[in-house]
Amino acid sequence: MPTEAEVRLRERLSKLRSLRLLGGAKVDGEVERLERQLERISEEPVEDGIWRSVELARDDDRPYTLDYVDRIMDDFVELRGDQVRADDPALVCGLGHFDGRTVALIGHQKARDLRERTRRNFGMAHPEGYRKAMRVMQLADRHGFPVVSLVDTPGAYPGVAAEQHGQGGAIARSQALMARLETPTVACIIGEGGSGGAIAIALSDRVLMQENAIYSVISPEGCAAILWRDQDEKAKAAAAFRPDAAHCLELGVVDAIVAEPPGGAQTDHDEAARLLADAIRASLNELDGVSGEELKRRRRRKFRSLGVYAVNT
Amino acid sequence: MASRIDVSIEHSHAPEQPDSAKPHPNTCPGCGSHYRDDELDAHLRVCRQCGHHFSVRARARVGQLVDEGSFVEEAADLRSDDPLGFYDLRPYTERLAAAELETGLGDAMVIGEASIERRACALAVMDFAFMGGSMGSVVGEKFCRACEGAIEREVPLVSVTASGGARMQEGILSLMQLPKTVCAVEDMRDAGVALISVMAHPTTAGVLASFASLGDVVIAEPGALLAFTGPRVVQQTTREKLPDDFGLAESNYRFGHVDAIVARPQLRSYLGRLLGLLTHADRG
Repeated sequence: MPTEAEVRLRERLSKLRSLRLLGGAKVDGEVERLERQLERISEEPVEDGIWRSVELARDDDRPYTLDYVDRIMDDFVELRGDQVRADDPALVCGLGHFDGRTVALIGHQKARDLRERTRRNFGMAHPEGYRKAMRVMQLADRHGFPVVSLVDTPGAYPGVAAEQHGQGGAIARSQALMARLETPTVACIIGEGGSGGAIAIALSDRVLMQENAIYSVISPEGCAAILWRDQDEKAKAAAAFRPDAAHCLELGVVDAIVAEPPGGAQTDHDEAARLLADAIRASLNELDGVSGEELKRRRRRKFRSLGVYAVNT
Repeated sequence: MASRIDVSIEHSHAPEQPDSAKPHPNTCPGCGSHYRDDELDAHLRVCRQCGHHFSVRARARVGQLVDEGSFVEEAADLRSDDPLGFYDLRPYTERLAAAELETGLGDAMVIGEASIERRACALAVMDFAFMGGSMGSVVGEKFCRACEGAIEREVPLVSVTASGGARMQEGILSLMQLPKTVCAVEDMRDAGVALISVMAHPTTAGVLASFASLGDVVIAEPGALLAFTGPRVVQQTTREKLPDDFGLAESNYRFGHVDAIVARPQLRSYLGRLLGLLTHADRG
């Protein structure tokens, strides 16, 4: 006997099939996989539910990039600095062994205590961070190492120096580089996927998203301030633009949802890391044996297909 | 499908500004000079007293730049959809309808083919008057088609941007227009076709953080705000003291982010020269 939640999910899936111009081939080919994915989601998010994901995505006890690195990578060596100006601790880059092979890791890093939070700038990277990520991606490309990105940022840092050092251009060029890589790339949104700061490292062959992560064009607070002219309407704003994982999957923005331990990733870091590692491994396995040229072509075609519009007749 | 979530709120929270509080659009914010429409248009909408560049609508911009009669518009039939059933103080569909009525445009970008100083090119021109020139699925799609047109005809693409960034009403799909347009630019690069990016006021957030910054040559209009984050938000979040020219074209030029600042009366001939340099003679 299907539960009410399941019935609603199936309805959502049937809507997905009928969505116009969502990139037909992609939807047709992946409906089965989406069905399996959607089965994992236990309930239809409503306003409270969506706000709950926002809170879970920002939970202080949620595992951060280095918590995962400790658990899923061996021999991790951090690489620092953009080789031009500075090192940006808000974005961690390095090489390590994952499943016995070398991968490049790029990830935003938040922190729990105040001093460390300040040092990590709350996971908000400067252009120097994105330039560091670019040089590590280039290194990976030269050696054929897969690039794994872990996205967890409220957004790129909105400061004077960040602007002067070319924040917009750095985000654009990091994406442009990712569109050129001839090595497999997997990104996972592990907390907050905040706008340009997130997409800068997430133009990947496979984009995954943890069950309680959020991925959005603007923070709920920012959206509320602009459209409602009142920051306190953040829950309404979040409900309106729906940054939750199910919605991102529905729109084809992410390829798969990564399950979290019951109650959320913050309850059991080891289990969360195991589930994340499984998902990354599965994605890398799917990409094994595909030529660099073909990876690049498919990656561009995937992003080219994103968007929903109508043709006026 | 579950019923749409009601996100409307009491309108008393957000009083509309009275019209009298806004300066007249033809009054120069630089020096206070006031112009009739025809006077402004005759001078490419540049203030004759202080050189302030007033904003230019997309069709007017095309008219200023291209050889007369050479512009052929493409993809004019694309319209925004409402994938989220979004509404804030007003439904998105209503905002779209109002913008279309007000501007006579289907969305915030006009694309097509044209020639500038007898050099063939593709064009992608944004219109700030259409919902703040925000980039949603239609702008992203049109820009990609402009790139594809340029590749097909083997001509450079000239983009003119004026945008507040991604269109929030399309949620995450608007963010996806960043990688989408970036991929289209990379396809142009692979095909050996150049992108000339002209940044007009304002070119900010999602548009600056995607195709606009990827021009092989990047040109700014004088006084244009070119910033990932605008001065008000930077001030509010960081409490930093902002330099007087924060985010302006002149500051971007000083920091090495743009190749040139070109005043509007010189823009057409400047583009003509660049197109001459970036067009491959052996390709006809």
